[in-house]
Amino acid sequence: MSEAISEAVTETVEFPQDRTCPYHPPTAYAPLREQGPLARIHLYDGREVWVVTGHAEARALLTDQRLSSDRLNPDFPMPSARFEGLRDETRKSRAMLLGVDDPEHNVQRRMLIPSFGLKRIAALRPRIQQIVDRLLDDMAAAGQPAELVSAFALPVPSMVICELLGVPYADHEFFEDASRRLLRGPTADDSRKALDDLEEYFRELIIRKEAEPGDGLLDELIADRLRTGDLAHDELVGMAMILLVAGHETTANMISLGVFTLLQQPEKLAALRADPSLMPTAVEELLRYLSIADGMLRVATEDIEIGGVTIEKGDGVVFSTSLVNRDATAYESPDELDWNRSARHHVAFGFGIHQCLGQNLARAELEIALHTLFTRFPGLRLAAPAEEIPFKPGDTLQGMVELPVAW
Amino acid sequence: MPTTQHISIDTDRCIGSGQCALTAPKTFTQDDEGFSALRPHAEDAPADPLVREAARACPVQAITVQDD
Repeated sequence: MSEAISEAVTETVEFPQDRTCPYHPPTAYAPLREQGPLARIHLYDGREVWVVTGHAEARALLTDQRLSSDRLNPDFPMPSARFEGLRDETRKSRAMLLGVDDPEHNVQRRMLIPSFGLKRIAALRPRIQQIVDRLLDDMAAAGQPAELVSAFALPVPSMVICELLGVPYADHEFFEDASRRLLRGPTADDSRKALDDLEEYFRELIIRKEAEPGDGLLDELIADRLRTGDLAHDELVGMAMILLVAGHETTANMISLGVFTLLQQPEKLAALRADPSLMPTAVEELLRYLSIADGMLRVATEDIEIGGVTIEKGDGVVFSTSLVNRDATAYESPDELDWNRSARHHVAFGFGIHQCLGQNLARAELEIALHTLFTRFPGLRLAAPAEEIPFKPGDTLQGMVELPVAW
Repeated sequence: MPTTQHISIDTDRCIGSGQCALTAPKTFTQDDEGFSALRPHAEDAPADPLVREAARACPVQAITVQDD
């Protein structure tokens, strides 16, 4: 490492870092906010990039077409050696949706929008409720203590996305494990192998479905997009992978971290129990407060002046959603959970063209899962000291690794 | 104080986030394909401040509001 780089490294904060409390931003990020709405940070490899912490600036930049999501751009910032290991210039199909810009992104996204619309999701609610009820029946029958991540937080979204896509839930142990390896490694080889495994799985599943169609979204895409030539095989495989991984890992983390947070703040839980009509606004507030996807990435394709600085072409830009969603200029007392605030305009689902496709599915799952869990088990409590319960490291989606509970 | 508002939705730009329908449900809905749509007679209703809030919530600025 050259002297210039090592000097820079000592001056900037490293990103990402582990949280100190599972539901607050890392305390090490505190100095970033003092530098204004944008600050300089360094990544695992010493590269200096911008971090956006201001709410207004984040919303402006996330809708700015001069910031690109193109993972194949050599200047695209990678937050860890693991993701650098996944940079694969020969396989564009691995960058479906999340990793491409408009107009390609728009074409891909529009194929999926009808399946995640408000009416379609509203029609799924009774089925989500059935899944939640059955899992809680099983948890009650198995007795206490229970491990809530494996008994409830993970299987709820996993079963729901399987039904929606038409993926056999019988394969859940495989794809849950592959998703975990993809997102958490620990090594770059682990993540690359996980991606290969998922790709192979979906390649075979799609071939099976072509011969024997089912009634999921993948089957619709095969009939309406693959057969027409709108999507190539490897593009459909890429799309299926991102839908499956994003469709269960995210909500699972929100459920486990949401339950942990509510059990740690019993007066907030009591208020929610006293008035269940607060649940939709509470879910929105929890999304803001927990910001489990903390570190959205972009690369500048032109110079951009904003917040008193110039982002230069080729610069990496990281959005710290946990800091953006706690910007005091946007939210009063941002470090408090407040069921009476309108948390609308948070960027937990992102903003701009890449805003989460499954956000309304996530809202439905979270409302039903949290409401039913705390109604069914009014005495729910942690079955281990809070400080001993493991949570995820900073370089992946935030949430609980395990959540032992009793009731 | 304007009595009505002219609201336009750029459906080519819309990504179906549903933010408009969640924010101002008396004015916005989604069509069967999941894209933003105005409810019938929404523009004849008195100007609703939530409409501007919905325009601000739209992640892709597909909604424009003009006071008549």
